[in-house]
Amino acid sequence: MNILVIGLSHKTAPVEIREKISFSEKALPDALHKLRQYPSVKEGAILSTCNRVEVYSVVKDLEDGTSEVKKFFSDFHNSVNPKEITPHLYVYSAEDAVRHIFRVASSLDSMVVGEPQILGQIKDAFEYSLSNEATGVILNRLFKKAISVAKLIRTETGIAESAVSVSYTAVELAKKIFEHLEDKAVMLVGAGEMSELAAKHLKNNGVKNVMVSTRTYQRAIKLAKEFNGKATKFEDFPSEMVNADIVICSTGAPHYLIRYDMVEQIIHQRRNRPVFFIDISVPRNIDPDINKIDNVYLYDIDDLQSVVEANRKEREKEGEKAEEIIRAEVSTFSNWFKTLEVVPTIVALKEKMEDIRKAELEKTISKLKNVTNEEKKSIENMASAIVNKIIHTPLIALKQETNSDDGALYIETIRKLFNLDKQLPHHEHKKKEK
Amino acid sequence: MLLNIIFLRITLFLYFIGAALYLWNLVSNKKGIANAALWTAGAGFVIHTIAIIIRMAEAGYIPITSLHEAISFFSWAIILIFLITAFRYRVSALGSFLVPLAFILMASVAMKPMAIRELPPMLQSAWLGIHTILILLGGAAFALSFVVGLMYLIQDRNLKAKKIDTLYRKLPSLDILDELNHKAIVFGYVLFTLGIITGSIWAEYAWGTYWSWDPKQTMSAVIWFIYTAFLHARFTYGWRGRKAAYLSIGGFVTVIFTFVGINLIIKTIHNFTS
Repeated sequence: MNILVIGLSHKTAPVEIREKISFSEKALPDALHKLRQYPSVKEGAILSTCNRVEVYSVVKDLEDGTSEVKKFFSDFHNSVNPKEITPHLYVYSAEDAVRHIFRVASSLDSMVVGEPQILGQIKDAFEYSLSNEATGVILNRLFKKAISVAKLIRTETGIAESAVSVSYTAVELAKKIFEHLEDKAVMLVGAGEMSELAAKHLKNNGVKNVMVSTRTYQRAIKLAKEFNGKATKFEDFPSEMVNADIVICSTGAPHYLIRYDMVEQIIHQRRNRPVFFIDISVPRNIDPDINKIDNVYLYDIDDLQSVVEANRKEREKEGEKAEEIIRAEVSTFSNWFKTLEVVPTIVALKEKMEDIRKAELEKTISKLKNVTNEEKKSIENMASAIVNKIIHTPLIALKQETNSDDGALYIETIRKLFNLDKQLPHHEHKKKEK
Repeated sequence: MLLNIIFLRITLFLYFIGAALYLWNLVSNKKGIANAALWTAGAGFVIHTIAIIIRMAEAGYIPITSLHEAISFFSWAIILIFLITAFRYRVSALGSFLVPLAFILMASVAMKPMAIRELPPMLQSAWLGIHTILILLGGAAFALSFVVGLMYLIQDRNLKAKKIDTLYRKLPSLDILDELNHKAIVFGYVLFTLGIITGSIWAEYAWGTYWSWDPKQTMSAVIWFIYTAFLHARFTYGWRGRKAAYLSIGGFVTVIFTFVGINLIIKTIHNFTS
């Protein structure tokens, strides 16, 4: 029994290849069904997003399983030439496979570390396989564990904490100045993709009042409608600016539109209430010196980009902590996986029975007075006989079923019914002491 | 050793651990430190409260007459104000400034005599207790305004210099800091004013005059004028942000000087018992 991941991602394959072997939602039930038809494949799940296509499986034999799953890709997408995709495929098995799914689910393998979508996609992939009865004991546990590890990493590390896009960085900075954005007003001077995006983010974070001023008044009216805000004629923006707490400037003007003396006067009129200026234009439209004025904070496009860079580094640093959590979780999972082998389970079951037999025997004999050695012997024989007869059939069944499809399920059930997992470390411990 | 002194030692130890944890939290991204720190400081506060109550029972009067007692109560008030603020605002960085401050204050008098003395007849007055409690609670509120002022200056500098580091992430927004600064000063100002009034009533009983321009009284008047000017400037000229932060730092330095420094330099009748 082995866990196997075969797939490709943005790191190994260009989009032309990824789109060729991706699985649409509609095709998934059929694909999962076909995947299970391969003789070595016991369990299966398919993760297909725009950045990665991966097949998770539990296979009886690693070598057969690997070639079968590889074949599945080209069998299912019959337009694909196997030679074309093979060089892009990665193959992970055993602990490496477990580590891989943990890393994928916690977004450590994503293009942007800390992005939240992948966890939802993993959940969906699991749900699909589950409802199509393609998974079993092992993959069920693997996916559930991957999801919980991802959540743990999200709360325990800062991989998803700081913004990694320019427009969202503007929102975060605004929140470090203003705390609450609900009663704040934002003014767009000129418009562009990035400033509109920043305004949209600000609106989503509570800003209600949006003012728009562009060189052509018509465009301002149109934009203002979009933001449910107010349009201002371009020549009036300096006088209206006094009402804005956040000013986003992005025009094609070749000179400074917002000058030092203007801002100085505005701050005076605002009785020192702070203003956050964002200058996205190149060449710059705001005099950089205004950053020196008290209660004025100016960020140009380079400043924002360097904050994004710092945040990215921060996320990567937090990613190292995440790797540590994953290391620990992988070994926990592997330990559980090992218990699914039949021999240690039989040994554990026998030992547990033996312990019970000895303990009960001792209790009984110590209570009896005047027992002869012969009587003692026959009591002991009886105890052994009972134990052996009770576990005889389960053991036979266990040995027979290990190679069937439900083998792991049988072993898991026996371990649970007889509470063998708590027993195991105890025994190892005792043996070490000896 | 008296029971209250044992409790005070435990308090000092807990404040030390709390302060260390809080300082660590300021530079580390590890989760859970802030919580551990809050619990430690909270435990210190409970022990501290018990110590003060026991001491009151052992001495038979409100224990804020010796230097040690006054500083101990002052630290207690700072932690009290910190816990209330932390509960309301959930800003862990506050603890990184206030808990070390309380610890340093307590530690600075840890070697001073702590024995309980017979109270001179002049000091046996309820007015004295009320006066000192009001003044010290007001002082603790000024301590809060002092640390949020410091935090404001650091965060303002971070934002202007585009220094996006762990400290920047840990410190709250400028708005919150400015709001806290303002509230702390208003609260402190009211208590301090009432403290001065009750003090002069007591002075009339003890010294036969409401106001005698003793150095400590004079300095208290200076403090009162600083904060009055602060509030005036805020209301009329909209003084906020950095200017407010500088003023609250200056104000608190004056408070500390008046509280402990002045007794070392000039002879004053307004002394701690020893």
